Amino acid sequence: MNLTDPALLNTYSLYALYSAMAVYALAFIAFAVDLARRSSAVDAIEAADLVEADAAPAAGAAPAGAASAGSTRTLERPALKQPVLSRISARMDNDAALPYGRSSSLRVGVALTVLAWAVHLAATIMRGFAADRVPWANMYEFAMTGTLLIMTVFLIVLIRSDLRFLGTFVTGLVLVLLGIAALQFYVEVAPLPPALQSAWLVIHVFVASLATGMFALGFALSTVQLLQFRRENHVIEGTAAPRGAVASALRLHFLATLPSSATLENLAYRITIIGFILWTFTLMAGSIWAEQAWGRYWGWDTKEVWTFIIWVIYAGYIHARATRGWRGSRSAWLAIIGFSAVMFNFGIVNVFFKGLHAYSGL
Amino acid sequence: MQPKLGVTGWLRWFWRQLTSMRTALFLLLMLAIAAIPGSLVPQRTSDPNGVTQYFVDHPDLAPVLDRVQAFDVYSSAWFSAIYLLLFISLIGCVIPRTKHHFQALRAKPPTTPARLARLSGFTTRDAPAQTDAATAITHARTVLKSSGYRVARFDSAGESSVSAERGYLRETGNLLFHAALVGVLITVGFGGGYGFGGQRVLVEGQTFVNTLLAYDSFNPGRFFDDTTLDPYTLSLDDFAVSYEQQNLQAYGQPIDFTADVTVTPKGDAAEPGVVKVNGPLRTNGTNIYLLGNGYAPTITVTAPDGTVVFSDSVPFLPQDANLTSLGIVKVPDGLSEQLGMIGFFYPTQDKMASGANFSSYPDLEYPLLTLNVYTGDLGLDDGVPTSVYALTTDTLKQQTGGATGVDSIELKPGSSAELPNGLGTVSFVDNDPAASAAGDFSQSVPRFASFDIHHDPTQVWLISFSALVLFGLFTGLLVPRRRVWVKATTRGDGSVHLEYAGLARGDDPALEAAVTAMADRHLKLLNTHQPVVATPEPT
Ligand code: HEM
Repeated sequence: MNLTDPALLNTYSLYALYSAMAVYALAFIAFAVDLARRSSAVDAIEAADLVEADAAPAAGAAPAGAASAGSTRTLERPALKQPVLSRISARMDNDAALPYGRSSSLRVGVALTVLAWAVHLAATIMRGFAADRVPWANMYEFAMTGTLLIMTVFLIVLIRSDLRFLGTFVTGLVLVLLGIAALQFYVEVAPLPPALQSAWLVIHVFVASLATGMFALGFALSTVQLLQFRRENHVIEGTAAPRGAVASALRLHFLATLPSSATLENLAYRITIIGFILWTFTLMAGSIWAEQAWGRYWGWDTKEVWTFIIWVIYAGYIHARATRGWRGSRSAWLAIIGFSAVMFNFGIVNVFFKGLHAYSGL
Repeated sequence: MQPKLGVTGWLRWFWRQLTSMRTALFLLLMLAIAAIPGSLVPQRTSDPNGVTQYFVDHPDLAPVLDRVQAFDVYSSAWFSAIYLLLFISLIGCVIPRTKHHFQALRAKPPTTPARLARLSGFTTRDAPAQTDAATAITHARTVLKSSGYRVARFDSAGESSVSAERGYLRETGNLLFHAALVGVLITVGFGGGYGFGGQRVLVEGQTFVNTLLAYDSFNPGRFFDDTTLDPYTLSLDDFAVSYEQQNLQAYGQPIDFTADVTVTPKGDAAEPGVVKVNGPLRTNGTNIYLLGNGYAPTITVTAPDGTVVFSDSVPFLPQDANLTSLGIVKVPDGLSEQLGMIGFFYPTQDKMASGANFSSYPDLEYPLLTLNVYTGDLGLDDGVPTSVYALTTDTLKQQTGGATGVDSIELKPGSSAELPNGLGTVSFVDNDPAASAAGDFSQSVPRFASFDIHHDPTQVWLISFSALVLFGLFTGLLVPRRRVWVKATTRGDGSVHLEYAGLARGDDPALEAAVTAMADRHLKLLNTHQPVVATPEPT
């Protein structure tokens, strides 16, 4: 095997990418199974609650110690039957209404994700060596590196916060993006055109991808936050399960095992502000590069317009969090709109809009 | 009620509304929405040809859009109104906050709350025996001060406490961020006014003097004084290109463009320089950018009596990736009729099945020049400025090519052809006949480069403000601002009970951990000081 042959390296890179996608798909299934199990565990508990409530109306007054023990699998234990209301706790860590430990499918999901990530990394590095430059100079490569960074951000965040429940979303998103990249955007290795021969390609695009990774997680957390908020409202209103609501229709009962909406909101905020700082840097680095390459630092090129729009939306998000009446669900919607704009900028603007950023190589 | 008071009252109400957080948020969202149309409709500043085309494609819609400034979104009245209101709001918001922040910087941390147990990270410890409350708090003060807290101490009978606050940099950073944004806006708004931008096409071997008349086009800023142009000269010595030849997937893709130039400052020695696509040449207060390039075939037109009536290297504008190029030759004088020619240049000529020429490779492998000849009134004498890159053929009679039935003139480097109607001859001059004779055409046709020359005295300001924006953002978002309290209470038995708690001011994920760490450090310090304090007391 001759690893100095670019064509061969590129072929191996493709094999690796498809393998990574296959493993991501398995991880996605494992994560989905975990969510399904959470839902049925919640259903079981709620059914038991009803029976118990009939039998002994006074039961459940003593809050169970198991709820705060947290990390073990507590759902199966009958000790957890507290009154529904007291399950909404304001504490930051592990404040799920029904704490649920790490099921075997969750562990399998994480392990598969790490494996797929390693193969994905190998695919990206091989593409870089095949092209003899950074592997993010056209849409195909940008998607490959961008999704790798989304996954890297996710795995790093997992070390600090238990966001494993986002596994379905993250692997799903990465799978869809990689699928589009491999099927629609694939291009052969080509040398860099003069306009892209710049150190700023390395910095600007890399940081933009990193910011995208942060925004993706922030988006996922904000979405779950909104769903969780609905569930909590139903709980407060006294309807234990949101019958007839979206969560019920989609059988999102697993929400009871996830952190409270307040916790999700704080997590989303923390991750999104890192993304915002990186995006601000992306915007500035882009201007410096534009000055070098095109002789003006800002010209309202379509790509520049959308980078600006995204920046302003997230500035709005940060402001919303500090504005009375906008904390909570409304600011969450801004994070969702912000990430939609990021995806639009990558997927639609690059492909369908006319502009100077014609590097897509399509 | 007096009307005057009413007006001030109303103004004050309006000002309070404008500088409220809710308005700031509303204006930010409006700004995001207002920026969208500019990406859907071509803009005059970034895509003037697109606008022209839009008027052709949508003759009914375009004038309506034009009336609402949809082709000039980012300088439109409505877009400007939004961002100006936003920035007025910002200034009105930042000034009182700055005043308030200065006061906070001088103020003492607030008194310790009576009940710490309700606050974040609340934790308790028992002080080592023999440590009294006052000493414990002295040490707590030391620990907090060494961690960068500002502290205030409160003592009363049987109870001492220290109140500490840190992270003023958070608000400082936030204010700096907003102020620097104003700086960026002002620099961008006025900066353009003091500079200029100009374009100039140079063929290899040509020289340009940095004066107003030498530019092909010149856009001075509002406050720019033409007489301050520094008349240095710029010569294009050589323009080198290289195209991919190894990788068949990307065959013919450009890999490098390099313009070797000589810059001669007025009254100074000449110095060599290089301009590349991503590498502008910064010299004599201007930045020189390489924006385009192409071929400039040298064409000579000779009258029947042998006098040369036209001889020039004419820049041909590239039309596709393989540099099929289009150029115009106008010969108003010296022939029996005015002569216009539309030329196509193919650096590597090939023929389609239909017989039409095309270029199959961008470099000079097999160059060919074709010319369609027109005669008649070129319209140059009407005093209306005409583009050197366009030929208005309405008033002209076509002599070769197209529907005339006469073949277009086709020339290889070094060859000549008779013009129709006995007008004379046209030649395509070869720059390097010796090499061409040996089959190497690579030097046969000169190249041109188009340069953008800019002067912008505010770039340094802009980059400085941007750095401040980024710094302010980092500190404003990531530095935690928090208050921490330590309280020491003497129990009935003389032992000392220690309480610790914190309060986040803004998002602060690490607060609880910080309070615990503080308590641990404090207790460690108390324990190490134990031998000193622990002199046995006679009881
Ligand atoms: C160009 C318009 C503006 C932009 C892009 C912008 C952006 C931002 C950003 C990124 C932050 C968080 C960064 C930090 O805390 O250092 C922030 C915070 C803040 N901004 Fe603005 N801002 C703008 C206008 C305004 C205006 C007009 C006001 C006042 C009405 C305002 C008041 C605030 C306040 C109070 C905070 C602190 C929020 C918090 O503590 O979470 N901003 N702004």
